[in-house]
Amino acid sequence: MSCDLWRGKLDAYVDSDASQEELASLEAHLRTCPSCAAEALGSLQMKRMTQAAATARYSPSPHLRLRIEESIQPNRKPVWALPWMRLVVAAAALVLIVASVALWMRYSAREQTLAELLDLHVATMASANPVDVISTDRHTVKPWFQGKLPFTFNLPELQNSSFKLVGGRVMYLKHSAGAQLLFELRNHRLSVFIFQDQPAMIPLAMGATTIREMAFNLETWSEGGLRYVVVGDASAADIHELSELLRVAGRS
Amino acid sequence: MPLFAQLYNFAHWLTQDRAAAEDLVQETYMKALRGFSSFQQGTNFRAWMYKILRNTFLTTQAGLKAGAYVSLDGDSDDDKPSEPADAETPETVLLARVELETIQNALEKLPVRFREIILLSDLEEMSYQEICETLGIPVGTVMSRLSRARKAMRELLAAKLRGASR
Ligand SMILES: [Zn+2]
Repeated sequence: MSCDLWRGKLDAYVDSDASQEELASLEAHLRTCPSCAAEALGSLQMKRMTQAAATARYSPSPHLRLRIEESIQPNRKPVWALPWMRLVVAAAALVLIVASVALWMRYSAREQTLAELLDLHVATMASANPVDVISTDRHTVKPWFQGKLPFTFNLPELQNSSFKLVGGRVMYLKHSAGAQLLFELRNHRLSVFIFQDQPAMIPLAMGATTIREMAFNLETWSEGGLRYVVVGDASAADIHELSELLRVAGRS
Repeated sequence: MPLFAQLYNFAHWLTQDRAAAEDLVQETYMKALRGFSSFQQGTNFRAWMYKILRNTFLTTQAGLKAGAYVSLDGDSDDDKPSEPADAETPETVLLARVELETIQNALEKLPVRFREIILLSDLEEMSYQEICETLGIPVGTVMSRLSRARKAMRELLAAKLRGASR
C-alpha cells in the first residue's frame, strides 16, 4: 500500500475512530515509515493544539445563566398586568421590594444548588462510566461508601418494587462529600443524592417538595441530619415512590 | 443547566459575536426544553443539544450567510476523498513555531462549515458518529469534510508563518 493511502487514514487514527484492524496495520506501517510517522505526529499535535486554543476561549457572562433561567420558567402572567393590581402594587411597592430581594436571594441560591445537582445527574447519564461501584446489591454498595463519606445511610429494599439499583459514586457539593446513587426504572435513570445538611444548604431546606424544571422531576427532604435529593426524568409519582422507599429505609 | 459553558463557548466560536452567541444559547435551551419529550432515552444527549444549537444558528442571519456559502461553493465534492496534505509542509516543523493565538486566528478565518467540524472533533472530542448525528450528514461526508477542513487550516497557518518570516 502506498504512503498516500496510509495518509488518508491518519485522521481516523488521530481521532481514535479507526477500527482495531486498521489501527494495527497503520501502526505497523508507522514503525517502518518515518515520513508517515512524522505526519501522524504532526496531525496529533495539531489536534491537541487546536483543542488548547479553542477550549473555554469564550466564557458566558454571569447574567446569561440568570436570563435563560428566567426565560424558561413556566409562563407566569405577571400579577401587575391586571389593572386593579397596579394600584395595590404601587401602594405596597416598598414592602414588595424588600420582600422580593430576600425571596430572590433564597430562590436563586436554591436554584443554583439544584442546577448543580441536575448538572451532575445529566453528566452521569452522558458518561460512559456513570458509577464507581457497580452493583444491584445494596449490601455491596453500602459498605463501598464506608470510609469515603463522613456519614452512613441506609439503602432501601427493592425486591417488591420496579426500581433497580445500578451503583453509586462519591460526589461533591459545596466542597463536602456526598453519595450519588443511580437507580433504574424501566428506561429511566434516577439519581439519589445524599449529603450532610449544613448551613450552606439552607436554601434547599424546603421540606418535601416536588419541583419541575428542565423536564426533570425532583424531590428533596431532610431527615436525621441528612439531605436527600431524588432527581430524574421519570414521573413525579415515580420519583415520590422511590423517595418513600428511601424514607422507610432511613428510619429503619 | 447541562453543558452551559461548553455550549456558550461553541456558540461564540460559531457566531464570533457575544450578543449573537447569548441569543443562540438561550434559544437552544428553550427549544431543548420544549422538545425534551422528543429526546430518545439512550441516544446521545450531547449530540442532541449541539444539533439544536447548530440548526438554530443556521436560521440566524449570520448562519444563513454561512449556509448559503455551503451550497454555493459546491459541498458536493465533500464526498470525494481529499488529497493528502502537501509533503512540503511537514507539520512537525511548522507547529513548533505556532502560538495558540495564531491557531485561534486561523480558526476564526475558516468558513463556518470547516470551523464547526474541527471544533466538534478537536474541541468537543466527538466521535464521527456523534458528529454525523449533530450535523445530519453521513459518516463518509464527516470524514472527507474534516480532512478538507484540516487541510484548509494547515494552509492558513502555513501562509501566516510565511508572512511572518518574511
Ligand atoms: Zn508511509
